[in-house]
Amino acid sequence: MTESAIVPLPDAAAEGSAARAHLMRRLLRNGTGLAAIIVLVLVVLGAIFAPLLTHADPNKADLNSLLAPIGPGHPLGADAAGRDVLARLLYGTRFSLAGALLATAIAAFIGVVAGLIAGYYQRWFESIASWAASLLMALPAIVILLAARAVLGPSMWMSMAVFGVLLSPAFYRLVYTAVVGVRNELYVDAARVAGVGDASIIGRHILAVVRAPIIIQAAMVMGISIAIEAGLDFLGLGDSSIPTWGNMLNDAFSKMYQAPVLLIWPSAAIALTSVALVLFANTLRDELERAGSGGRAKVQSTATGTVFGEPAIVHADEPGSAAPILAVHDLVVGYDRPGGEFKQVVNGVSLTVRRGEVHGLIGESGSGKTQTAWSILRLLPEGGRIAAGTIVFDGVDLSTQSEKQLCRIRGRRISYIPQEPMSNLDPSFTIGSQLVEPMVVALGISRAEAKRRALSLLARVGIPSPERTFSSYPHEVSGGMAQRVLIAGAVSCEPDLVIADEPTTALDVTVQAEILDLLRGLQRDLGVSILIVTHNFGVVADLCDRVSVMREGRIVESGPVRELFRDPRHPYTRSLFDAILEDGAARGALAHSSDRHTVKEGAR
Amino acid sequence: MTEPLLEVKDLVVEYPVKGYRRKPFRALKGVSLDVQPGECVGLVGESGSGKTTLGRAVLGLAPVTGGEVRFKGRDIGHLSRGQRRGLASEIQVVFQDPYSSLNPSLTIEQSLTEPLRVRKVAAVEASKRVRALLDQVGLPTGAAQRLPREFSGGQRQRIAIARALALSPDLIVCDEPVSALDLSTQARVLELFKEIQESTGVAYLFVSHDLAVVRHLSHRVAVMYQGEIVEFGDGDKVTSDPEHPYTQRLLLAAPVADPDRQEQRRADRHRLLAAQTQLEEQTRVA
Amino acid sequence: MLRFTIRRLISGVILLFVISTLAYLLLYLGAGNVGRRILGPQASDATVALKNQQLGLDQPIVERYLSWLGGAARGDFGSSWFTQQPVVEAITSRLAVTISLVIGATLVSAVIAIALGVWAARRRGWADRLVQVIAVLGFAIPGFLLAVALVNVFALKLHWFRPTGYVPLSTSFGGWATTVALPIIALSIGAVAAIAQQVRGSVIDGMRQDWVRTLRSRGLSENRVVLKHVLRNAGGPALAVLAVQFVGLLGGAVIVEQVFAIPGLGQVSVTATAQGDVPLVMGLVVAVGAIVVIVNLVIDLMQGFLNPKARVS
Repeated sequence: MTESAIVPLPDAAAEGSAARAHLMRRLLRNGTGLAAIIVLVLVVLGAIFAPLLTHADPNKADLNSLLAPIGPGHPLGADAAGRDVLARLLYGTRFSLAGALLATAIAAFIGVVAGLIAGYYQRWFESIASWAASLLMALPAIVILLAARAVLGPSMWMSMAVFGVLLSPAFYRLVYTAVVGVRNELYVDAARVAGVGDASIIGRHILAVVRAPIIIQAAMVMGISIAIEAGLDFLGLGDSSIPTWGNMLNDAFSKMYQAPVLLIWPSAAIALTSVALVLFANTLRDELERAGSGGRAKVQSTATGTVFGEPAIVHADEPGSAAPILAVHDLVVGYDRPGGEFKQVVNGVSLTVRRGEVHGLIGESGSGKTQTAWSILRLLPEGGRIAAGTIVFDGVDLSTQSEKQLCRIRGRRISYIPQEPMSNLDPSFTIGSQLVEPMVVALGISRAEAKRRALSLLARVGIPSPERTFSSYPHEVSGGMAQRVLIAGAVSCEPDLVIADEPTTALDVTVQAEILDLLRGLQRDLGVSILIVTHNFGVVADLCDRVSVMREGRIVESGPVRELFRDPRHPYTRSLFDAILEDGAARGALAHSSDRHTVKEGAR
Repeated sequence: MTEPLLEVKDLVVEYPVKGYRRKPFRALKGVSLDVQPGECVGLVGESGSGKTTLGRAVLGLAPVTGGEVRFKGRDIGHLSRGQRRGLASEIQVVFQDPYSSLNPSLTIEQSLTEPLRVRKVAAVEASKRVRALLDQVGLPTGAAQRLPREFSGGQRQRIAIARALALSPDLIVCDEPVSALDLSTQARVLELFKEIQESTGVAYLFVSHDLAVVRHLSHRVAVMYQGEIVEFGDGDKVTSDPEHPYTQRLLLAAPVADPDRQEQRRADRHRLLAAQTQLEEQTRVA
Repeated sequence: MLRFTIRRLISGVILLFVISTLAYLLLYLGAGNVGRRILGPQASDATVALKNQQLGLDQPIVERYLSWLGGAARGDFGSSWFTQQPVVEAITSRLAVTISLVIGATLVSAVIAIALGVWAARRRGWADRLVQVIAVLGFAIPGFLLAVALVNVFALKLHWFRPTGYVPLSTSFGGWATTVALPIIALSIGAVAAIAQQVRGSVIDGMRQDWVRTLRSRGLSENRVVLKHVLRNAGGPALAVLAVQFVGLLGGAVIVEQVFAIPGLGQVSVTATAQGDVPLVMGLVVAVGAIVVIVNLVIDLMQGFLNPKARVS
């Protein structure tokens, strides 16, 4: 029985490891990433091999070469004290990098450890750590560094250590958020139930997730540390006995009028290193995101705009059916992918909705039913487009209408009821304003008139206290109420066709029954046509006059509901009916189980 | 009657509510239930009814505030994390969401051997066990080296079942394991659950919002509503001829896939609602 | 809303109290022999001891702290150890300069960043790449480095601006604007980068929200949905970044003021730091802390206005 359940697996292990292709390798293949890494490697090599690259002493002042120009003795010239600029630059790289590294290491250590503990165990430690983090972030770091400098004196290592502590919230917040996210993942629960210890869970499931973000953050923090260290030296508050980029900048700034060229070397070193670090971090993040969006389900991709598959089985309509209000013909929809690929999700759908009928569009996930619904509204997500076919609504082909023309049709002629009630209301505006605004725009009525209508609509869709709901925000109402509000919005401009995309799927079954009653009542009162997308045959049986069964971007069978339910002809339709459990036999009692039946009194 | 495998008595679970001196949220208000060895007990209810919380309390993932959870006669409601780990080979879980219940960066083999490694099973042995498990849930052995994202929802749920079976537990808590699946996939995965129960004798506490699913698989069914079990008894009886008003509403609310019978059911539902409202008003007056 | 405001105000005061306490203890415990530092190595031990006594440094730290706190509550933060000028006087004369600079930079960067962010999010393509480049440069290049470059190019080479100096806003707006133009540009670039990135991200994110589709299905144009609904929802995260950036701007001002020789808090703090003038440093920490607390309060209130959920919690 299981064979048919298995999608054929493309051949074996090689692909599995390719999917996990090393992030670093991909980083090197990315031009920007490679350039950034090369710059960083060169900077580090310059610091390490400073003594090999120059024989000059970075601190040796030579009165004979004050502000010496670029020449054989001094490849980059000499500064106001006659010190060799190249030597100072190379040795300066040592100190500047080491200082930044110290700060980054301290910040990362404190932040990561605290973040892991706070995120995983939470409770009191989390409150304290989060509070401390916001305390550390409350004051500008430079002010605290100045204060520390006032009492601790001009030690770069000390300053950088303090700075590391000040920057630890950057890591703390990152790790904390990631850990809280992961610890609520079901696979962490599954690991706990499997008896895996906390340390093992942190190491295996949690650290793996935060590792790359930590590297990204470290690169950023490193850049900030270089800047702040240079800033302190530039202010003349650093340790002037060691060569650093900041000290060079400070010296050069004081001689800006005589030798502006001296400013260039340390500035270039700081800017180049910082930009390389940021670019490294950005590319790593981009690659990480790309790896993450590696796609869950695979949908077949074909050439642009092809209609394929055998024609749908169409059951004859009852005589005397109304004229169509919507006729979709050979609709092909797909998404443009980077690399010029076109991923087709609707492969030539044809369907007709008649005036005043409720038409069900049923299919399993990935069948393209929602994509079809969005295409009719011309509201496909970014990258999606109609590649072929026509969508004729009341004599007008919607597929060729301009956005401006569509704005006049949407709401007033065709409207939409979405699937997930809570995410389809703008959280920042009151429910009332979201009902009023479209009416004012689409119908050109006054706000007062629109409000009056909105209140009566809210009452019509069965909301117990319309006034209160009108001035509520979406998060203050339940899912069922929100769906009623969305239904009110959909019929507010008296459209001819309502497209309802799984309007009851996100709701509890008792609420679903109420919403179905509401839709039926509205349809009867307003005489509106409804195209309802669903995966539930019960919903179709309850509400629809006609139904189209969709599979892999095609309609396989369509016809009047009673006809099709009585005599499903397509094998796919039949397999769907077979999978329905409602009518199946109960499992029955276990041999030795108790047959006691208990009913709770009171709760109704 | 034998001793129950799992016995939940007057279980209370409360979650703290953020904010100073707020009353905690009481997710379970004194719930009692038992599961016999080899039995499937269905737990049905709507969102917020507490059905998932009950499952999580049995798994040790929800805080037990009052009452007890007994497994093979031993109270497991207040175990430390360490003690809890010992139960891993006896109580296992299959979660609802086939996407987040497997770590996306671990191969199937790594996920499946996780419980075995904790038990210090040798690598070769574990590998062999993984192959047997995959076979048991109807997946090819080649699946072991792949990542979760290469599988469909139904296949992932099979993998999750394989992981639950790895330590040959006596009880598996199934938290809406087929709710995210398509109709036809759902039917096949339910068949798999049944097969496995018949061949291994494992017991299920099967949580679902769908009365039809629960009816299909459960020997007995408990109905939850607002943190309480309102009706508990024979699966067929509860799901076709319930006594509690809420169960009756629940049963009639689910639309049947037959236009004529659904019309009938709709009328029945409206009658029932009218009768219940009337009764409620009478009791209020009285 | 009132309760929300009061609660934020109280937590701000607590924060300020904790900051000043920590700062006081760390500064005074780390200060070492102050008398010796002021009088120099030549002074005799007796005079040094006398100096320390005059400054009250022979008292136990807790007692000193309490009396400092008492003074601070009345607005008396003591006097500088080196110039004997009252701390409050030394700071207030400079405070207005720095605040005008930082608020100017905040407004400039917010306006530019929101425009850039929305533009990048809607146009994508090259506009998006341009904003990305600005973001990388703005994030990577320290403000003071840019300041040095700006002085070199626009003041010394092109003579468009005066390289240094400051005209107060109260004297003439034009004069103020020409003297702070370069400093504000130098300061803003980092904030512009960060805020524009955030706005861009939130707008792109926002446009993918389900409710955008639903609002458009009601007949609202995409422009209207983006400018009214998406932008308002993007406002919250953008403000949060702005709050962080404000702290950064305040810190950046300390260094940038030095480049342009602007007589703001930056100059005082550098001198005070170099000398180890603890009372003055203490006053600066409290002043900066107070500014941050006030600005965060304002931003919290704006958050509450933008985001109905924030109002309740």
